[in-house]
Amino acid sequence: MKSLTKWRMTAAAVTVSMMAGPALAEQLFWSTQAKPIEESQKMRDEVLAGFPGGVDYQPSDEGPWLTRMQAELQAGSGRIAVLGGLHGDLSSLGGDLVDLSGIDAAAVGPAMMELGSLGTGEQKYIPWMQATYLMVANRKALEFLPEGADINALTYDQLIDWARATAEATGGPKFGFPAGPQGLKHRFFQGFLLPAYTKSTVTEFRSDAAVVAWEKFRELWQYTNPAATNYSFMQEQLVTEEVWIAFDHVARVADAFNQRPEDFVAFPAPAGPEGRAFMPVVAGIAVPRTTPDMEQSMALVQYMLQPETQIATLRATNFFPVIATELPADMPASVQAAGPAIAAMTGAPDALPALLPMGLGDKGGQFNQVYTDTFERIVLAGQDIREVLDSQAEVLRALMVEANAPCWAPDAASEGPCPVN
Amino acid sequence: MPRLLPYLLLLPATAFLCLFFLYPFVQVAHDSVMRNGVYTLENFSRMAGHWKFSTAFWNTMLLAAVVVPIQLAMALTMASIVTKLQRGRSSILYIFAIPLGISDLAAGLIWLSVFEQSGFLNSWLVGLGIVDQPILLLGYQNTWVIFIAIVLAEVWRATAIMMVILVAGMGLIPKEYGEAADVFGATRWQKFRRVTLPMLKPSLQTALILRVILAFEVFAVVVALGGTQLPVLMSETYHWQFAMQERGVAAAFAMVILGVSVAFTILILRLLHVPKGARV
Repeated sequence: MKSLTKWRMTAAAVTVSMMAGPALAEQLFWSTQAKPIEESQKMRDEVLAGFPGGVDYQPSDEGPWLTRMQAELQAGSGRIAVLGGLHGDLSSLGGDLVDLSGIDAAAVGPAMMELGSLGTGEQKYIPWMQATYLMVANRKALEFLPEGADINALTYDQLIDWARATAEATGGPKFGFPAGPQGLKHRFFQGFLLPAYTKSTVTEFRSDAAVVAWEKFRELWQYTNPAATNYSFMQEQLVTEEVWIAFDHVARVADAFNQRPEDFVAFPAPAGPEGRAFMPVVAGIAVPRTTPDMEQSMALVQYMLQPETQIATLRATNFFPVIATELPADMPASVQAAGPAIAAMTGAPDALPALLPMGLGDKGGQFNQVYTDTFERIVLAGQDIREVLDSQAEVLRALMVEANAPCWAPDAASEGPCPVN
Repeated sequence: MPRLLPYLLLLPATAFLCLFFLYPFVQVAHDSVMRNGVYTLENFSRMAGHWKFSTAFWNTMLLAAVVVPIQLAMALTMASIVTKLQRGRSSILYIFAIPLGISDLAAGLIWLSVFEQSGFLNSWLVGLGIVDQPILLLGYQNTWVIFIAIVLAEVWRATAIMMVILVAGMGLIPKEYGEAADVFGATRWQKFRRVTLPMLKPSLQTALILRVILAFEVFAVVVALGGTQLPVLMSETYHWQFAMQERGVAAAFAMVILGVSVAFTILILRLLHVPKGARV
């Protein structure tokens, strides 16, 4: 009898340990970042390999990423241990993220930590890595720079002149812009073009200044390679020299520098009448309430903040650390090129940071669509700017009301949903 | 027991269809008229109010209207050839059917590698000296080129499925009819029009319904070749569901596709109706 009980207990213990086995062995890191296959492999081999217990790093597109997380939340249990995503991705899950105040994140700047609270009293996510967007030019284009223009302090007018001169000299449009389906064109309108002319992303959407901004962009579009509507990662067209001057996310031009460091220069985004608007990008890590193992999830979040992990992440993804840390001298060419340009942009006297959308919940995609639709209608379909802005402003206003999202910088703070004048 | 056996054998398939087809279908239909917990038609009005909706709708219709007749003509020709062959029949059949084994996304990518700015067509044109430098074919300025590329890819990819059905149908036509026509001195064309085509109606029905429905659901090929430059109903459905996170509007799009498919299925059934006594 006794031996039978003992046998049963052993069997039970074996069963339990087998069931618990996979959960203990691998933490599922469900992320919208580092999606290109080389980057996710580096995340696995170089960034996460050092975490005791192992991590299963799985990147995914934003839509399926959110859909799976919502399915696990609805089911009340899940396999996702840690979420990685941009500020906008995570803000749509606010209520279902665990408070991370217990994590030691003293090394992260307070302004960035504040973003991670998503406007609640809790620490919903911990900043993980950061980046921004930059301009990149082939050195061959530099000789066509308009006279007296300083590449580190360009204006939109000078950029247009430059693109025109380059197009005329080479016989074809040489400006590049990621307007393809996977391209980040909407960020250019939200964080660069419109704020530079209107000091606003939302409120002044249909102002006269916004009309001027779109007119300028239409002008620039004449010198933009028409294949731009297929461009997603500008590094490809920079390397093939289909374009000589381009705008894109730092991580999406990195390959150009890494492949041919001597041939390209990085420089700040141009300035408009209201300043040199730019959009800082913050990615964060969060823990969903359905995590299979809270302790391991917390340990993984803490692990991501270690200086060595942050440096390894920079090497893997070209996203910069969120903590102040000494960068080793042997960093990739892309980091060495982007670093000074980012410093010049953020430190410019007319710098105007325009934050990523906040408080939109799962309406982030629709918010982006307003800007993409505006672009497609004005620039591609050639519709009247005033009419398009008026009709898209209605969509935008309805969206802000539905999401009940207050304004974020550079728009002036609002009581209730951010108004569209 | 023997009387129940057929039903028992049907049970697994029925259960499978109910679980994985009927249940999601009811859910989608429900989602399309539900918004914030209230029954409403707002999803449909948002769908119809979006500036791309009519373009997407007519692009889909136009694609089906161009692709399906071409495929029908080609499939009939190919099936006739295969049926007439004395030797090498199965080899030819296999060769014709190769594109069937390729997923539609892969087919789209194959044709993308032909039409891209750095693709085969361009390097061929440059190599022959017809153009100086590669031209942008799949650009927003000439969507008709994108349209033609999609038509080519669809015809290449999905004609074989009609052909396979028609080959099977032609095999079912009794030889006596053809022989009788020969006795009366009918030409080949007369035999095809007066004997083969009418006898083929049931297979034509199946082939057309299958193809037309698939034509309304065209997606991967369009996305691969055109991105968002040539919206169709299915790509808009995907976009509203995943990029815009608007399940209700996506469901409304799905219902439109369903409605169009059902309407055309009924139309084809009516047009190609075979009276019971006239069936083979």
